[in-house]
Amino acid sequence: MDLDQQLNVVKIGTESVSDGSLSRRTFLKVTAAAGGGLLLSFILPRTIWSKEAAGARAADMFAPNAFIRIGRDGLVTLIMPYVEMGQGTYTSIPMLIAEELEVDLTHVTLEAAPPDERRYANSIFQIQATGGSTSVRAAWEPLRLAGATARTMLVSAAAQTWKVDPTACHAEKGEVIHATSGRRLKYGALVDTVAKLPIPDHVALKAPEDFTLIGTSAKRLDTPDKVNGKAQFSIDVMIPGMKIATVAACPVFGGRLAGVDDGKAKRISGVHQVVLLDNAVAVIADHMWAAKQGLAALDIQWDEGLNATLSSAEIIRQLETALLKPGVIARKDGDVAKAMAGAAMKIEALYQMPFLAHATMEPWSCTVHVRKDGCDVWVGSQVLARAQATVAEVTGLPLEKILVHNQLLGGGFGRRLEVDFITQAVQIAKQVDGPVKVVWTREEDIQHDIYRPYYYDRMVAGLDKGGMPVAWSHRSAGSSIYARWHPPAFKDGLDPDVLEGAAEPPPPYALPNMLVEYVRQEPPGIPTGFWRGVGPTHNVFVVESFIDELATAAKKDPVEYRRALLGASPRAKAVLELAAEKAGWGQPLPAGRGRGVSVQFVFGSYVAQVAEVQVDKNGEVRVTRVVCAVDCGVVVNPDTVKAQMEGGIMFGLAAALFSEITVKNGRVEQSNFNDYRMLRMNEAPAIEVYLVKSGEAPGGIGEPGTSALAPALTNAIFAATGTRIRKLPVNRVELRSAKL
Amino acid sequence: MKRSGYTNLFVLLMAIIIGDVNGCIFHPHGPMDFAGGTQVVLADYQGSDPTGAPPEVAGAGLVARGEYLARAADCIGCHTTPLGKQFAGGLAFKLPVGTLYSTNITPDKETGIGEWTDNEFVTAMHDGVGRNGTRLYPAFPYSAYTLLTRNDVLAIKAYLFSLKPVHAMPPENDMSFPFNQRYLMRFWNALYNPAQRYQPNIDRAPTWNRGAYLTEALGHCGECHTPRTLLQGLDANKKFEGAMIEGWKAYNMTSDQRSGIGNWSDEQLENYLSTGHAEGRSTAAGPMSLVLNNSLRFLTKDDIRAMAEYLKTVPPLHNQADLAVAQKRVSATPSEARARSPRGPSPNDEDLGLRVFEGACASCHDWDGSGVHSPYADLTGNRTVNDPSGVNMTQVILQGASLQTRQGEMFMPAFGTGYSNTEISAVVNYVTGLFGVSPSTMTPDQVAEQRKKK
Amino acid sequence: MIARDEASVWRRQPDGEETDMLTLNINGKDCEVNVPEDMPLLWVLRDVLGMTGTKFGCGIAQCGVCTVHVDGQPIRSCIMPVVAVRGKKIMTIEAVGQTPTGANVQKAWLDLEVVQCGYCQSGQIMCAAALLAATPHPNDADIDAAMAGTICRCGTYTRIRAAIKRATQPS
Repeated sequence: MDLDQQLNVVKIGTESVSDGSLSRRTFLKVTAAAGGGLLLSFILPRTIWSKEAAGARAADMFAPNAFIRIGRDGLVTLIMPYVEMGQGTYTSIPMLIAEELEVDLTHVTLEAAPPDERRYANSIFQIQATGGSTSVRAAWEPLRLAGATARTMLVSAAAQTWKVDPTACHAEKGEVIHATSGRRLKYGALVDTVAKLPIPDHVALKAPEDFTLIGTSAKRLDTPDKVNGKAQFSIDVMIPGMKIATVAACPVFGGRLAGVDDGKAKRISGVHQVVLLDNAVAVIADHMWAAKQGLAALDIQWDEGLNATLSSAEIIRQLETALLKPGVIARKDGDVAKAMAGAAMKIEALYQMPFLAHATMEPWSCTVHVRKDGCDVWVGSQVLARAQATVAEVTGLPLEKILVHNQLLGGGFGRRLEVDFITQAVQIAKQVDGPVKVVWTREEDIQHDIYRPYYYDRMVAGLDKGGMPVAWSHRSAGSSIYARWHPPAFKDGLDPDVLEGAAEPPPPYALPNMLVEYVRQEPPGIPTGFWRGVGPTHNVFVVESFIDELATAAKKDPVEYRRALLGASPRAKAVLELAAEKAGWGQPLPAGRGRGVSVQFVFGSYVAQVAEVQVDKNGEVRVTRVVCAVDCGVVVNPDTVKAQMEGGIMFGLAAALFSEITVKNGRVEQSNFNDYRMLRMNEAPAIEVYLVKSGEAPGGIGEPGTSALAPALTNAIFAATGTRIRKLPVNRVELRSAKL
Repeated sequence: MKRSGYTNLFVLLMAIIIGDVNGCIFHPHGPMDFAGGTQVVLADYQGSDPTGAPPEVAGAGLVARGEYLARAADCIGCHTTPLGKQFAGGLAFKLPVGTLYSTNITPDKETGIGEWTDNEFVTAMHDGVGRNGTRLYPAFPYSAYTLLTRNDVLAIKAYLFSLKPVHAMPPENDMSFPFNQRYLMRFWNALYNPAQRYQPNIDRAPTWNRGAYLTEALGHCGECHTPRTLLQGLDANKKFEGAMIEGWKAYNMTSDQRSGIGNWSDEQLENYLSTGHAEGRSTAAGPMSLVLNNSLRFLTKDDIRAMAEYLKTVPPLHNQADLAVAQKRVSATPSEARARSPRGPSPNDEDLGLRVFEGACASCHDWDGSGVHSPYADLTGNRTVNDPSGVNMTQVILQGASLQTRQGEMFMPAFGTGYSNTEISAVVNYVTGLFGVSPSTMTPDQVAEQRKKK
Repeated sequence: MIARDEASVWRRQPDGEETDMLTLNINGKDCEVNVPEDMPLLWVLRDVLGMTGTKFGCGIAQCGVCTVHVDGQPIRSCIMPVVAVRGKKIMTIEAVGQTPTGANVQKAWLDLEVVQCGYCQSGQIMCAAALLAATPHPNDADIDAAMAGTICRCGTYTRIRAAIKRATQPS
């Protein structure tokens, strides 16, 4: 997740280059490119601090982080800081530039920016990150502006050459055309002229109705190599002379290494070295098999430390206790106490959500070559500059001596916003002569993840005689990710991530008297981090389950009840109505089947989902169909939006049905896909995604599909069985006893 | 609990009275009595010595011989917890009458056996009497170890004393009355402890006698494979007929052709005993896989052969529950296999077993049950697959399995955490129906019960 | 359960002989590798031969991303001892596009934009190609049976199903 969005929750449309805080001149520079051609250097806002930093940036210096190079061959290269992890960024972002620059998408090549401290991670930006459904949102205006600037200048250069009025010329498919004379000049022939021109004061962006590329389902650019085995992920890196290592960290959180007998391991053919860290052991070998065998042959003594007896039950007990205390007030509208006192009915419910692992299909892998004079790192990371910083810290080398080669990510889901693994890989590599690729086993991945926090929430509402809410109180207890991940964002006891969808932005409903509180309660020892859907996966489940409970208490249809509360939010109402209509809401279903709905406004996008489930007498749940309506503003690539919704729904469904990380004796009890279960193809529902046409600024699409799913599912289970699921994952034993 | 406590007390008292009388008149059955012939004391035996370590390690010194014997006796299996130090004890034995914990048998002077004299150690192994005269519970199989020669017992002691002492006190036993009255074990011993050394049978081959010594004295196979009486003694009339252990079925290993191992070739039996796998018969899992990992795989080929020879002479006992196995392979393609899929008991979950199988099982076991990567995954002819109770199938799915072999670890992952009782019962019934002689009728509630027996 | 015991058809070298020159036929070419016999094929492909198109996901045959064909059958290379595939025809994602079925599958994958992060897709494509080679016109149940063993975290399942159906149509 991009930090900007997480912290101030101001949507990117209001935080653009044209908001006055940043002039175009400081936003963009045009120079001759080394080796010929044209180079546009500009700034892509990416971080939460960009808003507050904007003033400083303007006054201070021009520090571009994105570059467009147009060569004498007319080919366009975009160097950008976002990474591809399946979300289609490598296609959507070039689309923005191609649209305004009037070139074919196929003529735009993309290079991932290396974490060059001087360019991409200067002191203002601090963190180079991809996530939070923010890439397209952040790039929307600046990239089009950069493209339009270049296009305008190319047209000017051609007009100058022909000595005609620029307004009589236009750009089309990589050429400037003077329509009346039929003369044409390719961009490649103009770039050297453009480099000498001043940047125009006014650049016109194309009107949405003139878009020819944006809004079309352009083909993904990164996929051909992903169907023939050529695509290189970080686990695929091969460096001459490279050894392969695998590692075991202390199974107990916070434990240390006490001693190792490596006699047997070193006798295994192919094993070269056993490396000891403070809290882990690594075996360095010719190949992964020898490394794994070597690891298994080690006799390791751990000092299990303070968490040796930690259990999930204890963590949950602590959260339960925390929930009894008033929290830090995150939002206070009206007078909840008074409204509650005057309510005709009071409804209360507790909700719980488990620790979750990310389980990206590509296990962590990082290749490191530490030398006296520098260090190369090959890794797939969502936070390249942080990766570089940790390498510098571990090696003691200056940043400029560290080169991070970013690789394709075999899934991110928030896990690759962390650098724990990179730190560890470099600690290992420091003790190894030559390059070494450190690969985690799946067991290590599941048991040493940085987990989605356990949340415990208490909801209380007062309803009027008509069953409509007059008072709304939401208290949430759980750990703060920002307090660890980026402490400045944790302000006055509040974590913006914990609040999204609960307090800021609040639920989209008319809730006149509202109190939202947060109690920070950190689980001992267990690291917590971002997980696809982030804060809203938690809040939307709680809010949308509770709204459903209120509708039930009011004896009203869940869709009708929500619609009645969405008068002030037409976009939310529209997606709700679209999803309900397409799902056939209200049409009768056989016994044991049910439909459930959820509505949300998070990540700048409006999403409604209707899930249809079948629950058998044994409590087994099958989700047969999910209908999803999305209003994410201007759609850059509709097919990518649909794909992200489909993926988000599957991701949310796997978690809601199966996923739970539990702790016993300080250890994670799950280890691999046999016990940390994934959704399989024969369990996947049919999914329909409907997009609402909109001219609003683009919203995020990577996360919302996930956050909307769980409540739609559990509300459907309620409709099918009468059993309200207030704790995830769905407890199928509990459903067995439900009356069907 | 109270009522059953009184019932137990009554049974025990009755048994003590009868048993005591019996004990005066009859001696407990010897485990090899079935073989007939003449048994003589070892000193009088003319054949090669059936006791001690095999020739391969005979010259290797006392500690090495002790190590071999300790492995054959599988001391480590009971005296080590999954996360604990070897031989440091603390493993819980959940019995109907309470919970026992194995002791620390490392040479630690305070918490282990570091201060034990030779005689004290021998008395414990032969008579079930610990230091200071404490009666030991027969969960410690001294009624088998009593057959060991004093030399072998002392070799085991020498090996244990060569280990690094571990300071670890196992938890206190938690036995209900009257079973917490250790003196009562005297009566139990009178009933069930033959309390004599191994006596070779001069009418049998020396290899048979070696097999008997390995099976009965060291291996104490009957502790799991022979049903118990109300007093938890081995029922001599049901020798090796099969019994339940920790929720698993220890299968009939008499020479019965249908229920036991009577139809197994020598090669199959020897392979099973040495590797945990007999092609077309069985792959060890559960407690038996631990026996393989800790004990049997370390035995010499001749010793394994001797055990097989001995086992084949154990009189057949037929039990209805264990039928003949089906040597069946269904068709090789998924769609054909699916067409033959047995349907579950309820229309709602009829496809559930298939769904679980195609997601989690088919990758290794294949649609014809033959095992894709290894014969260890071959379901054809497998006793577990052909057991209509589905008990072991349920356990292996819940807990997984792991065998250490010369080719590395052969494993099946545990699916208990990831899958519901309903899913597990469905896939058990599906697999027994597809690859076995008849489908099991495991229910979700039964799976829930099986989970508790871990 | 993952390897054959010594009594089985796989002849092992005498004790102490840990490695052996093995000849493997991969994508139509013979190659020699000097590796332990029990080493899973996956690591031979990836770490010894540098063929990284076949991916590592779980190591316990539960996710399917390491799927390759051995004599046309899809197998999980992460637990397949290399000695067991000696003398057999191994095909990996790098060459599956040279078969008509494999090429159809790859094209359908691109036509329907199946791929997201792409990490599991080598395995998905190998499973789909094996399915279509054996069952040219699979129904949904056939697709489930062939594909349920391969996990995708990006959730591309609905598109995979559609792409398999697309690949059955004459192009």
